[in-house]
This record gives sequence, structure tokens and C-alpha cells, in this order.
Amino acid sequence: MSQSELTREVARRVFASEFNDSTYTFKESDDERAPNFALLPTGDRANRVFIVGTLTETEDVGEDSEYWRGRVVDPTGTFFVYAGQYQPEAASILRETEPPAYVSVVGKPRTYETEDGSVNVSVRPESIAVVDAATRDRWVVETAERTLDRIEAFEEWEAEQEAPESASTAPTNEYAQMAREQYDSPVVNYRNDVIQALEQLEEQEADATA
Amino acid sequence: MSDVRQHADDIHDQFSDHLDVSVEDVEERLATLVDEYKVPMDEARRSVTNHYLEEAGLDREDLSSGSSEAVNVEDVDEPEQWVDLTAKVIELWDPRSDSVAQVGLLGDPTGTIKFTKWAKSELPALEEGGVYSLENVVTDEYQGRYSVKLNSTTIIEELDEELEVGDDTSEIEGALIDMQSGSGLIKRCPKEDCTRVLQNGRCNEHGEVEGEFDLRIKAVVDDGLDAHEVIFDKDATENLTGLSLEEAKDMAMDALDTTVVADEIADDIVGTYYRIEGPTFGRYVLADDVSELDGPADAEQLLIKARSM
Repeated sequence: MSQSELTREVARRVFASEFNDSTYTFKESDDERAPNFALLPTGDRANRVFIVGTLTETEDVGEDSEYWRGRVVDPTGTFFVYAGQYQPEAASILRETEPPAYVSVVGKPRTYETEDGSVNVSVRPESIAVVDAATRDRWVVETAERTLDRIEAFEEWEAEQEAPESASTAPTNEYAQMAREQYDSPVVNYRNDVIQALEQLEEQEADATA
Repeated sequence: MSDVRQHADDIHDQFSDHLDVSVEDVEERLATLVDEYKVPMDEARRSVTNHYLEEAGLDREDLSSGSSEAVNVEDVDEPEQWVDLTAKVIELWDPRSDSVAQVGLLGDPTGTIKFTKWAKSELPALEEGGVYSLENVVTDEYQGRYSVKLNSTTIIEELDEELEVGDDTSEIEGALIDMQSGSGLIKRCPKEDCTRVLQNGRCNEHGEVEGEFDLRIKAVVDDGLDAHEVIFDKDATENLTGLSLEEAKDMAMDALDTTVVADEIADDIVGTYYRIEGPTFGRYVLADDVSELDGPADAEQLLIKARSM
């Protein structure tokens, strides 16, 4: 445990559509301070994410004190980012930035249950920065690549599961297994989102050079 | 094969290069201890091994537990492995103890590693710049850094060839997602060879001192797979931010606060993609060569891949 506490958790790259489906959270030890993970449906764990998108709307939804909500849009959907008094720097960026603007957000996945019983996933930011269009495009490509890698690993694991003769030597993919147990949504959906995101970039580029 | 015979074979193999001894002889010694004197097998093995060590004038660490394997420097990631290296002597250092004949740095195209050669091993001297095949060296670890030890079973052969030496340079491409405390305009202890960063005007070693200003950044560069800690020294920080140490001092003076410098730098760099090259130093990468990744991202190849999946 001491070792993993010293190691900084990596910031996963994940599109909004997949992030918002990551409703199952878990810890890997009983330690009070053990990190919390959201389970990505493509079969990985995320304690931290790095997202880049268009900040389209900000609103102070706090009652007694300031509590800012920002909508950050990527090609597949919308991230909800909430910053309050314990995230003063992120909150001040949301307060002061005039949408629309490209922003990057480093933060932790948080889940909460709504009154009707569904689970919403949001981002609690560690930092928010205003960035340029090139950074946003680079993030889309990078996130597409990381997502495809996860899908590939998931499908390899799935194929091994279905081939009984190789069952004993099947590579373990702990989080793919967990995702299959916890979620209904097939991973091919996320592949389609990746394609859609990349096609948008390509069109954009074609428009720019036309 | 009986249990005793099996152990006798193992021991015999270890000594076959050093002693003229038969397996039967080893087996008899083991059997005497185990059968007659009711000594447990592992203790009997230890005792018999020691007997032959003494006879051969060897140390326990001179014995290989099996055959050694030819490896590259970068593959050394476990202590107490017997390996063969082909490496160039990059540097020889002054041994700090009489028990050490030579100590220095070896390198091959994959990296560099410290070596120690014991005086009692009575091996031929290595020369700086020479390329050697080193058979039967033992790996060691100290605080996460690996080294190799040459011992009396090591076979040294000088090779008549050039070997290009790679350093432990890392190359990272990723987003700079965090700037850590201790970044920006800092003060260092002015005592000779100290340079510790002051905390509230105090040096851990020398107490309250008049510090000297310096600029640096401790940042996390993350590619979605690994989080790398990167240090930018004064020059790298000035190049990255366009802010000189003098300008930073003026900024802090105007604001009566040094943290404005860190805030300004963070605004500038957090959330930006960089490619960083530099030597690794423990868990840090020292940023030698930094470039911002602002060219167009290539979606086409990925799109082809995604569609074919």
C-alpha cells in the first residue's frame, strides 16, 4: 500500500460519452486513504482524468456559497465540472471565463445518485486552464488512441474467454472483467464514438484547407 | 534419483569449475549429516557447501546459482542475478575503500550502470574507454539504483571494438497537467555544495540563511499511461516561459510575494502538450530539450484503424 500511495495516479484520457457511463466506483484496499476509482466501460480504472473541450456554459448553482458548474463539450458529449470553495482556483476560472472557450481540466471522477435513482458522473477539478484549438485537437486524437487501445485489450480478453481451449492461458484483464460484470453497454458503442470524433476532426481539416 | 543425490548434484555443479571433486564425495558428506546426524537437508547443504567453499578458497557470492545470462544494461532490474554484459568503461572513480580494486561506470547502447570490482577477486584492471565482455557478474541494488559486482569467477575479455553508449535519456510526450509546490521563484542555501531549497527562509542543514534566488519548475507530464515528474532548471524554465530570473525577481518585488511568479508560470504551461527529453534522475526527468507540441494532430491513421476494428 505504501508504494501505491507514493505513486501519482495517472490521468486517463476518456471521451465524455464513456466518462458519463462510468457509474461504478470502487477502492482497491480497505485503507481509509486508498484512492477511489471509477470503472471505465472499456475496461480500465480512472482515479484522475485529463479532458479538453469547449466550455459552453457556466453557472453558479450554489445556495449558501459559490458552487460553479461548467459544461465542457467534446465530440461525443458533455462533461459536467463542479468547483466550489475547496477548489478555489478552478472555481475562479469558471467564474471569470467567458464561454465559449477551449479549456483543459485535470480532475477526479465523482458520482452522485439523483432522486430518480440514476447515477450521474461529474468531474471535480484540480485545475482548469484556458487552451487553444490545437491543444483541443491533439487531445481528441490522443483520447481516440487511448480509447482504441482499451477497446483492443478488452476485445482480446473477450476472445480468449470465448475460446475454451485457451482458457487456462488467457491473459487476465481485471478491469475488462469488472466492466462486463457491471455494465450492459457493449464496447463497440465507444468505438463508434471514437470514429465520430475523428471524422469531425478530418472534416474540420478539410474545411480549413478547402 | 534420491533426494540426497539430487542435492549432491546441485552442489557438485556449482563447484565443478573450481574443484576436482566427485558427486559421490559430495553425496557421502550430505548423507552423513542427513542420515546419521539427523541434520535437516537445507542445513546439511549449507554445511557441505561451506566445506567446499573453504577448500576452493572462494566466497559464497562467488558461486553462481546457475548459468548467467547475457543481458543489456537496461535489463538489469533485479538484484542478485548472474549476468553477462558487453560494456564500455565510461569512467573510473576513486575507490573509497581498500577492499575495492576498481569502481566506475559501465555503459552499453541501452544505458549506464555502476560497477564494483573487489580487491580480493584479483582480476585484471579495466581501462577507461575499453570495451569488455564481462561474464558472470552479479547484480545489486541500493535505493532503487542497480549496479553490478565483478567477482573472482568473472571472466573479463577485452574486445577490439567500439561500443556506442546510450545514456538513460527519457523521451516523454504528454500534457503538462500539474505544477507542484516548490516551483517558480525559490531560494537556495548559499553554503558551499549545499544548494538545498529553503523552507520559510530555513535550510534543513544550515538553519536560517540568506538565500539565493533561483528559478525552477517541478511539473507532472502525463501521457494517459504514466505520470512523469519533470524538473526544469533555471535555463529550462527561462526558455519555457520566456521569463528571466531578473524579471521574476522584479515581479515578486512589485507584488511583495514570490508566489505570483509560480501563478504566472502555471497559467502559461498547465494544460499544454510538450515533448521532453532529458536524463532520468531517480524518479525525475531533467528537462534538457523541450518543445511544445502545437503542430496539427494526425487523425487519419487512427481513423483507418478504428474503422477496421
